[in-house]
Amino acid sequence: MSVLVVGYGMAGARLAAELHARDRYLPVTAIGAEPHRAYNRILLSGVLAGKLAEPEVTLAEPAGRGVALRLGVTVTAIDRAARTLSTSDGDRIPYEHLVLATGSHAVLPPIDGLAEPLPDRVAVFRTLDDCRRILATADKSASALVLGGGLLGLEAARGLALRGLRVDVVHAVGHLMERQLDPAASAVLVGTLAGLGVTVHLGAATTRVSCDSGGVTAALADGRQLAADLAVVACGTRPETALARTAGLTVERGIVVDDRLRTSDPAIFAIGDCAQHAGVVGGLVAPAWEQARVVADVVTGTASRYRPPAPVTRLKATGIDLAALGASTDHDGELLTFADPSRGTYAKLLVRDNRLAGAIMLGDNPAVGTVIQLFDRGTPVPEDRRALLLGRTGAAAPAADSPALMPDAATVCQCNAVTKRALLAAWRGGARSAPEVVAATRATTGCGSCADAVHGLVEWLSNQEDPA
Amino acid sequence: MAQVATHCPYCALQCGMTLRQAAGGRVDVGTRDFPTNRGGLCQKGWTAAELLDHPDRLRTPLLHGEPVAWPVALDFVTGRIRELQAAHGRDAVAVFGGGGLTNEKAYALGKFARAVLGTRYVDYNGRFCMSSAAAAGIRAFGIDRGLPFPLADLGRADTLLLVGANVAETMPPLGRYLTEQTEHGTLIVIDPRRTETARRATLHLQPTPGTDLAIALGLLHIAVAEGYVDRPYVAARTTGWDEVAKAAAAWWPARVERLSGVPAEDLYAAVHALGRAERAIIVTGRGAEQHAKGTDTVSAFINLALALGLPGRPGSGYGCLTGQGNGQGGREHGQKADQLPGYRRIDDPAARAHLMALWGVPDLPGAGVSAVELIDRLGTADGPKALLVFGANPVVSAPRASRVARRLRALDLLVVADFFRSETAALADVVLPTAQWAEEDGTMTNLEGRVLRRRALREPPPGVATDLAVLAGLSARLGYGGRFDAEPRAVFEELRRASAGAPADYAGVTWERIDAQDGVFWPCPGEDHPGSPRLFSDSFPTPDGRARFVPVDHRPPVEEPGPGFPLYLTTGRVLAQYQSGTQTRRVASLAATAPAPFVELHPDVAALLSIVDGEPVRVVSRRGAAVLAARVVDTIRPDTLFAPFHWPGINALTNDALDPTSRMPEFKVCAARVEKLT
Repeated sequence: MSVLVVGYGMAGARLAAELHARDRYLPVTAIGAEPHRAYNRILLSGVLAGKLAEPEVTLAEPAGRGVALRLGVTVTAIDRAARTLSTSDGDRIPYEHLVLATGSHAVLPPIDGLAEPLPDRVAVFRTLDDCRRILATADKSASALVLGGGLLGLEAARGLALRGLRVDVVHAVGHLMERQLDPAASAVLVGTLAGLGVTVHLGAATTRVSCDSGGVTAALADGRQLAADLAVVACGTRPETALARTAGLTVERGIVVDDRLRTSDPAIFAIGDCAQHAGVVGGLVAPAWEQARVVADVVTGTASRYRPPAPVTRLKATGIDLAALGASTDHDGELLTFADPSRGTYAKLLVRDNRLAGAIMLGDNPAVGTVIQLFDRGTPVPEDRRALLLGRTGAAAPAADSPALMPDAATVCQCNAVTKRALLAAWRGGARSAPEVVAATRATTGCGSCADAVHGLVEWLSNQEDPA
Repeated sequence: MAQVATHCPYCALQCGMTLRQAAGGRVDVGTRDFPTNRGGLCQKGWTAAELLDHPDRLRTPLLHGEPVAWPVALDFVTGRIRELQAAHGRDAVAVFGGGGLTNEKAYALGKFARAVLGTRYVDYNGRFCMSSAAAAGIRAFGIDRGLPFPLADLGRADTLLLVGANVAETMPPLGRYLTEQTEHGTLIVIDPRRTETARRATLHLQPTPGTDLAIALGLLHIAVAEGYVDRPYVAARTTGWDEVAKAAAAWWPARVERLSGVPAEDLYAAVHALGRAERAIIVTGRGAEQHAKGTDTVSAFINLALALGLPGRPGSGYGCLTGQGNGQGGREHGQKADQLPGYRRIDDPAARAHLMALWGVPDLPGAGVSAVELIDRLGTADGPKALLVFGANPVVSAPRASRVARRLRALDLLVVADFFRSETAALADVVLPTAQWAEEDGTMTNLEGRVLRRRALREPPPGVATDLAVLAGLSARLGYGGRFDAEPRAVFEELRRASAGAPADYAGVTWERIDAQDGVFWPCPGEDHPGSPRLFSDSFPTPDGRARFVPVDHRPPVEEPGPGFPLYLTTGRVLAQYQSGTQTRRVASLAATAPAPFVELHPDVAALLSIVDGEPVRVVSRRGAAVLAARVVDTIRPDTLFAPFHWPGINALTNDALDPTSRMPEFKVCAARVEKLT
C-alpha cells in the first residue's frame, strides 16, 4: 500500500506525520508546490512582527524512512482511470490512495489596480513567500495599508504595527471580523488596535489602488485617499480546487467529502482548506488536523469518522487577546454580556439548552480557557454564569485578618494542624508569650508561614487581658 | 539520658531532628537546625516517635499468622526458597524493596537478590515515584540526582516554577524556602488544584489533568517567540536543539490553551517571569511525572530549562522533588531491575565484572522487569513463585490494587519484613518484624543528593531484628560464600567500594565526613574530594559533555473522560498522612487530622448530582469503585476529582498503564464518575 499526498502545508504535513506514526514503513509521497519544508502558517504573523525567524516556524517532520518529499513541484493533472498523476517536472506518479491537501489561495477583490502580477509595494498575506515579500518592503517603510479587517488582515496589521509601522486598516463592512464578532465587540477591538498604532476605517469600500515609486494610494468610495509605503491585501481566501475540478471530482465551494474525507472518487481524499465537509469549507487548523487523523486511520484500516471540532477563532498576541466561538454573532438564546471599553474588555456568552452555543471574549479574560473547554466538550454550563463571563477570581477566600474575627475552628498552622481553638487553649493553659504558645502547640514550626498570624493572636490576647 | 541527632523517618527532605530517651521509656522529638529544614518539622515528624512502642508493633515473626522463633521463621523461608528454586529455577524468587530503606539496606537487598538468590527479579516501590524523573534526567544530563543544587538555591530564585508539586503538604518545612523566595521573587505553580502551595503562588496555572506536556511545549514555544532562548548556551552546552524547536513550533499558545484550559495570557506571564529572571529554577513533582508519558513530560520541562540556559547557571537549574525518605539513595544502589550499585547499568560488562569481583560470584543475572510488570507475573506459570517484600506495601500503593492482592495470593511464598502488619503483610506466609528508624544506624541520601546519617537512639525491642540482620541471616542459611554484613557501617564501607568510579560515586563519603560537614553531596570520588553540591557548572556527565535536548510531543492520557466516566480522577497526598499510611494511620494525632479518605469535587459537579459536603459518595473507574466522603471545594477544576492515596481502596481506581520508558504507572489521571449513594 502507498499514499500520495498533494500539498505539503499544515494539513499535508500533518497527514504525513500521522501516517508515519501509525506505520513507519508505509510509503508516503508528499508533493508540495512551495519550495519550503513544512512550516506553521499560523505563526507567519509572528514572522511579520519580527518575533520569530523563519527556522522557528518550521514544523517537525517524520524522520527516517517512509516519507518522500517532492517540493517546489506542482501537480498538473490527475488520471483517475489510470490512477496516476502528472507533475510540473514531467513525471507520472501512480497512486493507490491519493489525498488532496491543496489548501487555499488569497482572493484579490475586484478593485481597480489589484491584478496579478501585483506591483512591488502590494502583497497578499498567505504564504512564507508572501511574508518575505511584505518584509522586503516593510523594512524600508514607515506606514502600511491593510485591505481587509478579517482575522488575517488584523494579524498582518498587528505584525506590521509591532515593527513600528503606522497602519491603516480599510474594511468594507461596518464592523471588524463580521463573521466572528458583533458590532459591540468590534467597537472595543477598534479601540484596542488604536492603542497599538492601527487606525481602522470601517464601512470603507476601496475603489482603486495605485502605486508609484513613492508609495501606494487607496482611493475610497467616499472620496478619501489613504497613502502608505506598502499595502497588504487580506480579503479572504478561496479553496484551491482547480486540480480536483479538472479531474471531474464533485466540487462546490470546496472539494466535497464525506465523513471519511472521501471525495466523489473513493480512491481520492481531500483534507484541509480545500475540502468541503457537510457544507463547510475549512480555514482553521484544528479541523484540518482532525481530518488528517481520520484519513490516516481510514487508509491504514482503522474505522474512523470525521466529526468537525467546534469552531474556535483565537487571536492571542502582544496587545490583542480575542476569542470567538461557535455562533458568536447570534443573539437568540440566553445572552450574557459584559463590556468595559476603556479597558479593552468585552465578553459575550450565548447559552442554549444549558450549553454554550457561542462566545466572544476580548481582552485578557481569565475565564477564556474554561469557556473554550466548556464549548469544545459541550458540557452543561454551571448555574453561576458570572464566573464564566468574568473569570473566577482565582484568589482564596480572604483570610480573616483580625484574630478576633477568625472562627475558633480555623486552622492557623497547616503543617502542625493547629487551630485557633488550640492556640486559645494554650493561652488559657498558662502560655503567655509567642514562644510559649509555640512550645505548647508546635504552631509555626513547619514552614513558618503562619508566624505573623500566631504572633498577632498572642498580641490580641495580651491586649485583651491588659485593658489599657 | 541518651540523645541523638538524626533525621525524620518520612519524606526526602530528611528534616534534621533530635531524639531523646525520656523518663518512662518515652522518646521525645526535638527540632534541629539542619540546612534542609532550618529547624522546622511538620506534624508527621513531631509525632514519629509515637510508633516506636505502638501496641500494633510486631515483636515476633509470624508463620501463617502464628508467632514463631526467628530461627524457625528463617529456616522456613530459606527451605521454601530452596525448594522453589530447585523446582523452577533461580528466577522463581523475586524481591521487592522500598524507597524508605537506608542506602545500606537498599544495597544489601540488591546484593541479596543478585548474588545470593541469583534472581533477576528485583524492583522496588520507587518505580511508582521517581522513575520518570530519573529516566528523563539521565537522558538529558547523563545523571539522575533529584536536585543538582542545594535547597537553599530555591529560596534565592527570582522565579521558581513548581510543576505538579504540592510541597506545602508533601514536605511542609520546605515552605520556609518558598517564604524566602516569594518575598522577592515570582512563584509559579502548575496544578489542577489550587493547593496550599498554589495558594502561595504569584501565578497559578490550573490545567486539565494529563496536559502538562503540552504546557511545557507551549512555554517553550513562547520562549522562542519572545526571544528568551539562550543561544550561546544552546550552542556551547547542548545538542539536539533544532528538532526540539520544531516540535515546539506546533504548540502555539492558543492550541495549548484549548487543550489545557490554561489561559494563553498566563502561559505568556510564566515565560516572561522565567525568561527575565537572573536566577530561575524549574522543578517537577509527581503530578507531572506519574503518567504513562511522565518521562516525556519531564523531558519537555528539561528542554525548556535548557533553552533558557538554566542548568549549570549559578542559582538556576532544573530539579525534581524526590518523594520517599531515601528515594534518591534507594534508586542508586541496586534495587532497580536494571541497575547495579552506584547507578551502574546491569548490562554494562565492566560494571558486572566489578560487582562479581566484589561479591565473589562467578555470574550475575541480567535485567529484570519493573514493579508493575513484576507484580503482574507473580504466581503465573512462568513467573516468580515467591516474593520477599522489604519496606513496601504494594497492596495499597500499586495501581489497580485489587489485581495486586490477587497476584500476591497466587504465590507459593510471600515474605514481608515490616514493623506493622500492613495490608501486604496481612497476606504473607511469613512476617518478619523489623527495626524502626530510631533503632538503626545508616545513611540516607536526601532530595539534594546529600548523604546523611541516621543514628540509632536505642536497641530494637526484644524479638525485633534489623533488615540487615534478616538479610544476613537468610544469606548464611542459603549458603552464600561471600561476606554479608549485618552491621550498617561495614555495609556502607562495601557500598563505597561498590560505587567507586560509578555515576553515583560514594567512594569518598565516610560517616565521619557526613558528621563533620552536615552531609556529603555525591558524586564524591575520593576522601580528598569536597563532594558536589552543585552539578553541571562546567560540563554534563554525558560522553560529549553536553546536555541533550530530547524531542518529545504531547499525547493524551491513556484514558480520557467519556460516556459513563465523564470526569478526570487524580490522586495525591495530604499533609498528615504518608504513603500507604501503614505508619501514619497508626499515629493518633495524625489520624485525628486526616481520619479518613475523601474525594474532592467542584461545587458545579456537586450541584449537578445534589451532593452535599461530607456526604459519602461512590467514585467509580473502569477498574474499581470506592466509597469516599465528598469534599465540595472550589479549589479543584469542575472536570476533575481528587482523592488522596494513603488508604486502601483508592488505588483500586487508578490506571496501571505504564510509561514506555520509565514503566511509571498512570496514577495521576484516569476517567471516573461520582455517584450519589441511594
